[in-house]
Amino acid sequence: MAETLEIRWHGRGGQGTVTAAKVLADACLSGGRHVQAFPEYGPERSGAPLRAYNRISTGELRMHCPVLHPNVVAIADATLLDAVDVAEGAREDSIFIVNTSKEPSELRAKLNLSPKQKVYTLDATKIAMECFGRALPNAPMLGAVSKATAVVGLDSLVEDVRKSFGKKFSQKIIEGNIEATKRGYEEVKEG
Amino acid sequence: MAKVVAVTGNEAVANALRQANPDVCAAYPITPQTDIMQRFSGFVADGLVNTELILVESEHSAMSACVGASAGGGRVITATSSQGLALMWEILFIAAGDRLPIVMPLVNRALSAPLNIHGDHSDGMGARDCGWIQLWSENAQEAYDNTLQAFRIAEHMDVRLPVMICLDGFIISHSIERLEYLDDAEATDFVGKYTPLYPLLDVDHPVSYGPLILPDLYMEYKRAQHEVMTKAGKVVLDVAADFAKVTGRNYGLFESYRLDDAEIALVILNSAAGTAKDTVDEFRGKGIRAGLLKPRLFRPFPYREVAEALKSAKAVCVLDRADSFGGFGPMYMEIASAMMLNGAKPLLINKIYGLGGRDFLPEHAELVLSELAEIAKSGAVRTFKEYIGVRE
Repeated sequence: MAETLEIRWHGRGGQGTVTAAKVLADACLSGGRHVQAFPEYGPERSGAPLRAYNRISTGELRMHCPVLHPNVVAIADATLLDAVDVAEGAREDSIFIVNTSKEPSELRAKLNLSPKQKVYTLDATKIAMECFGRALPNAPMLGAVSKATAVVGLDSLVEDVRKSFGKKFSQKIIEGNIEATKRGYEEVKEG
Repeated sequence: MAKVVAVTGNEAVANALRQANPDVCAAYPITPQTDIMQRFSGFVADGLVNTELILVESEHSAMSACVGASAGGGRVITATSSQGLALMWEILFIAAGDRLPIVMPLVNRALSAPLNIHGDHSDGMGARDCGWIQLWSENAQEAYDNTLQAFRIAEHMDVRLPVMICLDGFIISHSIERLEYLDDAEATDFVGKYTPLYPLLDVDHPVSYGPLILPDLYMEYKRAQHEVMTKAGKVVLDVAADFAKVTGRNYGLFESYRLDDAEIALVILNSAAGTAKDTVDEFRGKGIRAGLLKPRLFRPFPYREVAEALKSAKAVCVLDRADSFGGFGPMYMEIASAMMLNGAKPLLINKIYGLGGRDFLPEHAELVLSELAEIAKSGAVRTFKEYIGVRE
């Protein structure tokens, strides 16, 4: 039986959440794995809640529908916790990764998680501001996903951040995002 | 050496077009296809292809330019979706009637009204009778592979017909998936050099395209068109065999999934077939003999082969992502025709799903397979045509 990891990302338009899902898919190609990355296609408005998805598997991925029962829920904007049901369809052992300045214990209580479900927090927006001066939490979120799930190593993730951001941004922004990815990996807290 | 990448369906198809290095491309944007022509325009600008790019003012003009360029003697491409295909309608018949081997990816999208940009098969199904060969694709890999094969099929001297390659809008066109590219040299070698046939630009051998043909000969012309179409199936298989030698990936006229001893079966096209296969596996796990048939070649339709593949089934559901209002879904009508050629006729039901990009979920496949199991047992059908995944 193929092992498949399903991730659901929650973000807001313009935060780079869809890019994060794409970078992760690319970084997980190694070792002959199959990958998918796709957003939910609604009206693309800046600031509107959006979802994006990843599937990563050792076997062929044939499913072409949204992830309904995510192993991992990555929440790039904590204001979404009051706006959408981020725990919808979660498994009994799902992992939640939240961009927030709060402690994991506070999030565990807010999300009303069961003991088997894990929660990780990091202040991804603060890291992004410090590393490259813009409130785009996707790079530190990727670092946190790498740490929390071990689905991809930090080195190959960093390589893919360099590759995908390199197409669009200046060297300074790229280096800032790489630094932010590493800090996301290091600073994410489990609780 | 194949190159493994994570790309969107549109990016994959654009690269297949690049590798075929067409002489002429007529480009006009329409969601969700735009990305293909945009990327291809980039290849032209970057000098990666020797293509003359014609930026036209509508899809009607795009197909008209393709007809002219193809009759002129070039390898010709365009791509479209939905309303764009609808606007081409008049010229689609001319491309086929003039036996012009144009290759066109069709990124399937719903038709207006109401306006909707998402994936469904209404556009391609509406072009059923225009004389084009149609290849349908489950995922980005199949869309890429079908596009490369389309050139060989279209340009084969026994065929010389236009081919459209169908892939689901957004679900495949805009989603990133793992894909294996052929090396450029390998792909170019597989597609081969274009050999024009009766080109208009060969002024030493003047010919006419599209003259008036009156009742004394029109019908012979049309029957000849049908006959050449019926030969295309063999070429599709020959090209697939060559493709398998290069890539190891096997294609047929359709895919039979766990059908050999199936008592209940789904017939379903494109991306939703992938989702349904996982559910078929679950039913097999429970000891229920379920199977799936995924058409690939929709025109010409392989009636006898499909009838043979479904011969063990007691109950079959054809799932259509397009509708014929006041009739059955278009694929249902094909399968019903195919089953008439078959001595053992299963109970055949029709479900309309996924219109305008509505998600097709595993639970939908489960519902249908459970209903089929019940029908196979009782021999009784509740309703022959029904909409699923829809609010009442």
